[in-house]
Amino acid sequence: MAHSTLPIGDSPDVTSPGGYRGAWLETLHSWVVTVDHKKIGMMYIGYSLIFLLVGGVEAMLIRIQLARPHNHFVSPEVYNRLFTMHGTTMVFLMGMPMLIGFANYLVPLMVGARDMAFPRLNAFSFWMTALGGLMLYYSFVGGVGLQGMGSAPDTTWWAYAPLTEKAFSRGHTMDYWALSLIVSGFGTVGAAINLIATPLCMRCKGMTLMRMPLFVWLNLVVGSMLLITITPLTAAQLMLEVDRYLGGHFFDAQAGGSPVIWNHFFWIFGHPEVYVLVLPAFAIANEVIPVFSRKAIFGYPAMVGASVGIGFLSLGVWAHHMFTVGMNSTSNAFFVLSSELVGVPTGIKIFNWLATMWGGKIRFYTPMLFCTAFIVQFLCAGLTGIMLSVAPFDWQVHNSYFVIAHFHYVLVGAIIFCFFAGFYYWYPKMTGKMLDERLGKWHFWLFVLGFHMTFDFMHFVGLEGMPRSIYTYEADRGWGTLNMVVSCGAVIQAIAVLLFVYNLVHSYYKGADAGPDPWDAWTLEWTTTSPPPSYNFADDPVVGSRRPLWDLKHPDDTDARYE
Amino acid sequence: MVWKILKLLGLRSTACRLLMFVFAVQSMAWASPASGPRIYNVPDIFKPHSGSAYMIYSLSLFMLEITGAIFAVVAGLWLYIILKFHKKDDLSEPPQVYGSTQIELAWTVIPLLIVVVLFLTTARILFAVQDRPAPPGSLHVSVVGHQFWWEFRYPKYGFVTANELHVPVSEPKNGVTTYLKLLSADVDHSFWVPALFGKTDSIPNKVNSMWFNPDATGIYLGQCAQFCGTAHAQMLLRVYVQTPQEFAAWLKNEEKPAVQDPDVAEGRQVFESQACISCHTIRGTAAHGTYGPDLTHLMSRDTIGSGIVPNTPENLKHWIKDPQSLKPGCMMPAMQLSDQKIGQIVAYLSTLK
Repeated sequence: MAHSTLPIGDSPDVTSPGGYRGAWLETLHSWVVTVDHKKIGMMYIGYSLIFLLVGGVEAMLIRIQLARPHNHFVSPEVYNRLFTMHGTTMVFLMGMPMLIGFANYLVPLMVGARDMAFPRLNAFSFWMTALGGLMLYYSFVGGVGLQGMGSAPDTTWWAYAPLTEKAFSRGHTMDYWALSLIVSGFGTVGAAINLIATPLCMRCKGMTLMRMPLFVWLNLVVGSMLLITITPLTAAQLMLEVDRYLGGHFFDAQAGGSPVIWNHFFWIFGHPEVYVLVLPAFAIANEVIPVFSRKAIFGYPAMVGASVGIGFLSLGVWAHHMFTVGMNSTSNAFFVLSSELVGVPTGIKIFNWLATMWGGKIRFYTPMLFCTAFIVQFLCAGLTGIMLSVAPFDWQVHNSYFVIAHFHYVLVGAIIFCFFAGFYYWYPKMTGKMLDERLGKWHFWLFVLGFHMTFDFMHFVGLEGMPRSIYTYEADRGWGTLNMVVSCGAVIQAIAVLLFVYNLVHSYYKGADAGPDPWDAWTLEWTTTSPPPSYNFADDPVVGSRRPLWDLKHPDDTDARYE
Repeated sequence: MVWKILKLLGLRSTACRLLMFVFAVQSMAWASPASGPRIYNVPDIFKPHSGSAYMIYSLSLFMLEITGAIFAVVAGLWLYIILKFHKKDDLSEPPQVYGSTQIELAWTVIPLLIVVVLFLTTARILFAVQDRPAPPGSLHVSVVGHQFWWEFRYPKYGFVTANELHVPVSEPKNGVTTYLKLLSADVDHSFWVPALFGKTDSIPNKVNSMWFNPDATGIYLGQCAQFCGTAHAQMLLRVYVQTPQEFAAWLKNEEKPAVQDPDVAEGRQVFESQACISCHTIRGTAAHGTYGPDLTHLMSRDTIGSGIVPNTPENLKHWIKDPQSLKPGCMMPAMQLSDQKIGQIVAYLSTLK
């Protein structure tokens, strides 16, 4: 394009001639109408941070209620809303926007493109997601229905039928749940389309598929999975609304419907969904670990194969969430096998990360601290996952705190730890300032302490028979001490997260200048200024290997020779 | 810190069991009653008390050994790496290694073999437990989950009871298995008494089944394990495993219709003239309701409200006056009766042994 090197009107440091207040409005307006993937990415990330704090408050209230048996901090009605909203918020309003935000910001930069394939679809997707979240939280004030029954959804985040049918959930709580997630689902599908089209169609010259950064590969797999995964959830939610208002009986046992069908639909969505959440964590680890070990990722082709393999295999394991609903033994056995098989490519990834670090010269800056803890925590999470795939064992611990401990080990111990690593790694690129390293280390160690206090001991209270979704428990079950320890760990985690938020704000104003490449890294985003101009690259990049900057910095020992 | 050292030494699973033993001992110490049947109040899945639960337990130990070994090896490697390859001040780049086909093949094949072994072991136990046909002489009980209580039907003996399940112990020479059929009257529930077996869901419009053969008499505790509404947390379970004689005596009593004590005829009349009879059944009276628990032998139960408070006249009065204060969200409304009427009703109910 002839005008590609001319400055374009929406670059961040334009000052409006209309005076100071005018400039503020101009800036706000530019963010609202932007189609720039970087701004959209930051809006997604900011949005997810807000809901990280909201979901965290919900978790704190839950833990205060459970700290002692027969506690009366909140009523059962409020408690049931709290854990339902905590789960729904953290998955749909924190996890998804966070991963889509990072992907949005980085994928075009990493493939050497000017923007995502469909920038307006990108903006539309963000605003749909944002609207869905607002709709969900509006239920707290607007959900009042028949006989004052209403307020926020309160039937768990997986909302099994027939508890969600009109007969058992009067009022509009379930309608807020279903409709807001349908709305944000449109946003997710739009983002997925971009995540697939951009790596496939917008790579710069010389970047074959096997030269893309693994971050981009994993987000390509995530985008593909999302297209397949979101639809069963949307379908089930529409079916639920048909049952509730249009005389349908899909899940209505009293009229010959099948509640188990809801389980199938939900978990056909739900299981790939958790892989959608974890694959971006792997994406971040795949970028951070090599740079801070000063070595190329070990086994790049195997990593690609394992990522795609995980994507496929994860579509066939859903009924391991349903080992107790009474499927026949052959079906149960099939899902035991498929769930155990998905552990093989996952294990390959762990081994490849360790092999990358082996023989390296590891620099434990904050991003690497988080990724190092991630490796061993994800190992634990994967192993408890293998335990859960052993169906007879699952018959005991399904719906107990063992399962909650397992998936929080993945969601917090793997995913949140990697997101924090991603923040400390790419914040300099996004803002031009370094995050404070000392505060970062405090954040890390406090969070590790709190995380292990909470989720290590949570495994035991599950093994001692404590089910989930209960607002209180009997004093004679022997669960009190463990629950108190778990709750104390939650407080420590909260302090660590607040430290992090302070670091984010403080460093924006007082942080050290980052420059284009503070970490001595190797992928294309580090060739731009920090922050990048709105057009990303003044000239279209041309690459000759997987690590273009390594080749430039080490012309005598380029990757191109070995690949 | 201690935890990380244990991780390093690969002693986590041993330490886990040690910790669980310590917790179990500590918690049982304050909960065992001075006399009467032993209450197994900590529902520890690693303390099985039935053959079927024991099969799960032994499979779980095998699985823990495999995963524990994997953890010890990989975490040990992780620890070694972060200690050995941490180079703070060395700014030169290390040799770049891009992969190794042999090593990568090895760590693909070995996990696959582990998966095969684990799957075959699991499948064996899975089929053995799930597909076992009911031997002759088994006790069959139908469990119907309600919001928020448990109905137990003994079809062979023709009576219905609630919340406290009585079964005979399965002696080594005289094994009596209990087969449960699981049904639901409204939403999803799940029957979970860890000492006796894993949980199985009660789903409306679906018939599930499970079995256990308890090896020791006593009272085993559990609760509903599938979120079913506001009072889900208080839908508790008590399973009374009794000697064959005790069980036969209990059966005989349950089969009889309700006690007709003339001293409390007034209380019985009050009961029968209130809305109580539309939800509750007392066999031999005008009460034929099935929405709430059967009260024919209410006084044979240790607890009321599905296990949440002891069955005393005081608690009964409190329950009838304001059930929501004991069990918020339960389906029984406050009956708006005068204290005098409640006293008469409780006096009547107290005779229903």
